Amino acid sequence: MTDSPWEYAPAPESRDIANLKPSYRMFVDGAFVDGGGEPLKSINPATEELLTEVSSAAESDVDDAVRAARRAFEHTWSTMPGRERAKYLFRIARLIQERARELAVLESLDNGKPINESRDADIPTAAAHFFHHAGWADKLGYAGYGPDPRPLGVAAQVIPWNFPLLMLAWKIAPALACGNTVVLKPAETTPLTALVFAEICQQAGLPPGVVNILPGAGDVGAALVAHPGVDKVAFTGSTEVGKQIQRSVAGSGKKLTLELGGKAANIVFDDAPLDQAVEGIVNGIFFNQGHVCCAGSRLLVQESIADELLEKLRVRVRTLRVGDPLDKNTDVGAINSAEQLTKITELAASGDAEGAQRWTSPCPLPGRGFFFSPTVFSDVQQSMRIAREEIFGPVLSVLTFRTPAEAIAKANNTPYGLSAGIWTEKGSRILWAAQRLRAGVVWANTFNRFDPTAPFGGYQESGFGREGGRAGLEAYLDV
Amino acid sequence: MAQSPTSSELADAVRDDRSLRRFLHGLPGVDQVGLDQRAAGLATRSIKKAAKRWAIDTSISMIDLTTLEGADTEGKVRTLCAKARRPDPDRPDTPQVAAVCVYSDMAATAVRAVEGSGIRVASVATAFPSGRSALAVKLADVEFAVAAGADEIDMVIDRGAFLTGRYGQVFDEIRAVKAACGGAHLKVILETGELATYDNVRRAAWLALLAGGDFIKTSTGKVSPAATLPVTHLMLQAVRDWRDATGELRGVKPAGGIRDTKDAIRYLVAVHEVAGPEWLHPQLFRFGASGLLNDLLMQRRTQLDGHYSGPDYVAVD
Repeated sequence: MTDSPWEYAPAPESRDIANLKPSYRMFVDGAFVDGGGEPLKSINPATEELLTEVSSAAESDVDDAVRAARRAFEHTWSTMPGRERAKYLFRIARLIQERARELAVLESLDNGKPINESRDADIPTAAAHFFHHAGWADKLGYAGYGPDPRPLGVAAQVIPWNFPLLMLAWKIAPALACGNTVVLKPAETTPLTALVFAEICQQAGLPPGVVNILPGAGDVGAALVAHPGVDKVAFTGSTEVGKQIQRSVAGSGKKLTLELGGKAANIVFDDAPLDQAVEGIVNGIFFNQGHVCCAGSRLLVQESIADELLEKLRVRVRTLRVGDPLDKNTDVGAINSAEQLTKITELAASGDAEGAQRWTSPCPLPGRGFFFSPTVFSDVQQSMRIAREEIFGPVLSVLTFRTPAEAIAKANNTPYGLSAGIWTEKGSRILWAAQRLRAGVVWANTFNRFDPTAPFGGYQESGFGREGGRAGLEAYLDV
Repeated sequence: MAQSPTSSELADAVRDDRSLRRFLHGLPGVDQVGLDQRAAGLATRSIKKAAKRWAIDTSISMIDLTTLEGADTEGKVRTLCAKARRPDPDRPDTPQVAAVCVYSDMAATAVRAVEGSGIRVASVATAFPSGRSALAVKLADVEFAVAAGADEIDMVIDRGAFLTGRYGQVFDEIRAVKAACGGAHLKVILETGELATYDNVRRAAWLALLAGGDFIKTSTGKVSPAATLPVTHLMLQAVRDWRDATGELRGVKPAGGIRDTKDAIRYLVAVHEVAGPEWLHPQLFRFGASGLLNDLLMQRRTQLDGHYSGPDYVAVD
């Protein structure tokens, strides 16, 4: 949009709202304590400046946290009537809403995601998960798992950096509703909102030990999931780490759910509502800088409309505003870390090397920070790395198909299976395709819609188990 | 058919009633949820400081200052024209509005009152607002307004014919009105509130463009809902696609219900990001409004003075 007579003036949200502190401590047994590990340095990915220091856990801290969680499980939480647990969950949900602005700004500072997404998507959906599960806490007998389903015990939960508070809510809300206690390890690069969540647990008067937060790197996560005092492991993150976890818990009797990578197909048939399909494609791959495990990273377009759709898509992508995550007009923020930026850059280069056609949005990028221009590869073939591997960045691979059967075959030709999208005006084709797509979620004429009542989870290397809705309760109940 | 038509397909589309129908029904569908969501999302743009001042002045310059009441008098129209010429007498740098919009019997009065100002006179015609009359009557109405000196004609389509599927009749009528306009610009009012579905709105927009309308306009202002953001998005997409197919630039005019600066800015953001920056010009985008101007003037003063002064500091005309 460089030839426009109208430049939007910066509209930054104040970073003071985040109440950023010079240091943060871990949360064990209801108290903030220093961890035995090397402190983590939290970086603002949009500026590369040091935000704050966070104390991290050592193995002995994992031990303490699991013991605290066990005590809380046995003596207070699992014996408490469901309607009492529900009160705490409702209180937490309301406190998230009350502190929504603070959490949104902090999330954008720590993660690099645009404030309009943290404000309008992440934080409200996190609160919604607590509200939803608060409603289940006293109705577990009606969930279809027997008249009196029991909790599992202590849940070890490890979450990724792409939706730090939202993934926390997906994990903690059902666990607590079902009567489990938790030890959660937030991602190394994005621990801050989890520690503010710990403050919220204190505000809500949650009994000590019910929720414990242990910041740290992969070694802390590994120690946590391998700890013998843990009854349940829930992990969201990369397929590679998911496999390691599966190996580590194998034979231990621990219950496991994994929500891993994806390479979702977004299929556009020739009778699709074209302008809305373009929006759905943009939302599918550029939402949260493409740091979405269910991102629609493979666009499958029917050949007869491919050129036209791509032209419309490029026009639309040019209008995406990339830059300061705290600017309310930013559409695409910063890549979360230098490491991730390197990975995206490397995979995109493989696209060039293997003969795909790269198109990059001409939008200006900030001089500092980790940024990657929205990128669309056309002429992509199934055999290319950019069609097979998860890029986890704002990079779309476009493939074409001629017949519906070919679309399904290509869409399913992936080791993953988390989500898929269908765009057509024909209802019967939606049903036909949805039955054949091997993916946990199939969206029709929309993409990236999340709701606490809808189960979410994968097939094949995208993991197993479901989160959300009635089905999601199973992962935290002895059934 | 490819989804966005080529110019030969456009020529083919208007050959007869059947091909017109085939063409309009072959246009890509509109997903209501998706369109509403996009419109709501884009409405959250935060326009501040210099960008806001630019938007306010641009919005003022895009207004068709309108009075369409049975009770209109020559005095009322002259008052409106004075306001159009000098929207804010205390601040001579305030832009003029684009046009005044009146009934055809008031066109001559308006023409005299804006003479020499460069402000255009738009006249509604064709049995506005219902459009229920014989074609001969509608054409006579147009000719009357053009003879009185109107620069722009705002016509209404026959919604009854459209909803019955008699697209050819609507097409012929727009053609005939366009011919009767002579040199005057033709704005085609779709009355989107009565068309009920977004698919109908898209078809009506294309029909109006095919028939030669210079502008497509949402509403008469007499039917609720009048202009909405999603419908305006849809019409902006239509003129953008028309430009891509033919190279011609046609305009869009939302009318009715746009009352304050915040609203106007949301529409401008849509113009900017849906159709494109080229449309940010009174030749290609208008607001059909009467109450909007005063809110823009108050906001303009607030921006320039740093404080809000209140409604008594702008004329109520």
